[in-house]
Amino acid sequence: MAEAKAKAAKTFDPKKAAAKKKGEMTKMANLTKGWIKENPIFAQLLGMCPALAVTSTLETAIGMGLLVIFVLTASNIVISLIKNLVPKEVKIPVFIVVIATFVTIVRMLTQAYASALYDSLGIFIPLIVVNCLILGRAEAFASKNKLIDSAIDGIGMAMGFMGALMLIGVSRELLATGSIAYGVYLPLPFEGSILNLVVDPERTWTSIFYIINISIFSGPAGGFIMIGILLAIFNAVRIKKAKKREAERQAWIEQKKKEAMERKRKKALESAGDAA
Amino acid sequence: MSMTVFFTAIISSMLINNVVLMRFLGVCPFLGVSKKTESALGMSVAVMFVMVIASIASYLIYYYILEPFNIEFISTIAFILVIASLVQLVEMFIKKASKKLYKSLGIYLPLITTNCAILGVAESNIASDFATDFGVFQGLWVATTTAFGTALGFGLIMFAFSSIRERLEASNVPEVWKGVPISLVVAGIMALAFLGLGGIV
Repeated sequence: MAEAKAKAAKTFDPKKAAAKKKGEMTKMANLTKGWIKENPIFAQLLGMCPALAVTSTLETAIGMGLLVIFVLTASNIVISLIKNLVPKEVKIPVFIVVIATFVTIVRMLTQAYASALYDSLGIFIPLIVVNCLILGRAEAFASKNKLIDSAIDGIGMAMGFMGALMLIGVSRELLATGSIAYGVYLPLPFEGSILNLVVDPERTWTSIFYIINISIFSGPAGGFIMIGILLAIFNAVRIKKAKKREAERQAWIEQKKKEAMERKRKKALESAGDAA
Repeated sequence: MSMTVFFTAIISSMLINNVVLMRFLGVCPFLGVSKKTESALGMSVAVMFVMVIASIASYLIYYYILEPFNIEFISTIAFILVIASLVQLVEMFIKKASKKLYKSLGIYLPLITTNCAILGVAESNIASDFATDFGVFQGLWVATTTAFGTALGFGLIMFAFSSIRERLEASNVPEVWKGVPISLVVAGIMALAFLGLGGIV
């Protein structure tokens, strides 16, 4: 019985879907929506510049992700607090100034406490200001919603962004160097490398891991190609899911049609019986 | 200061350190407005216009206002405000001056505020410190030339990429790779080609 119930819950139900769309999002759904379903990079293609530029190693990707988490959450909080004070005409400039203030704070903090990260991110720290993701969330969410919802939205979206950056960073660094280094850019007390795939330091042709040293993936060309590959994988999963849902919907419609036909036939039979 | 400085600045900012393929600035319009050659060219002209004016303005503001008062740390806030208001001003000016130009450029202008290439060039002009190499006033010319070369590079890539994309629309691409994924791979191959230009200057 319980199994059947679970199955029924999983199958397509248009009424439920419509209710879900119309109804208020729960806090948990608000937090997790940016992780996969509305992922800033893979689903919405926002913030592509840093996604290409700072992901040649995992550590720089994590560093950029942390900065964006701070800036997006703080700016969402402030913007949702001042949303009623700002006239509509100067909305965008005011939002940009709020964002730029937090970016300046972050820039000085990074310079003071993580100077290796500051040097490697370089111009992309001030460019967080024009990251479409941050202004987009301010405009689409924080300027319309309450304080706590906006803060949760900011954290969730930025976590999705950081996750995407980390995925790209891991794949690129692994393909380019065969290992993942730590302690180089982030101010960690220890350094070294994990997951060292290059077992043969001479890299003779007999080594199986000879190929895992494709240095092009640490360069600009590798960035474009890696994101292309990851987007294609993301698309494949999405298309598969959509096809499955469509098939379920069709089956549901067929079933309803059959039921309606059955009812009609019954009615016709009954009325025929009455007439007779 | 000879002509070679300007020539080097244009070649290096246009081809060697290409703004889209090598420095990853302005990738959003690169992917977003490159479906048709016509709109790609319109965007490039608008970007060139704003980029040159914005880098002149931000250079002057940095060296004549921020530096004398020792408030360089607010440069990001100052630059983005200047760019946002400049875009607004340029839009108003074009609207008054020429209806025809406004019709072809007007829709791209609001998008330019969040184009990271503009702020990126303004910031990197300051970071590459032309003022100590050439003096504050002559550095302005180098900065302007760099901005112009960068905009030329952006236009070149936009034109090439949009032409390739128009061909891609007609070709038989697997469903999974359709749209942005295959465009990104194409951009990667273009970046590989641009790597070969590294030794010119």
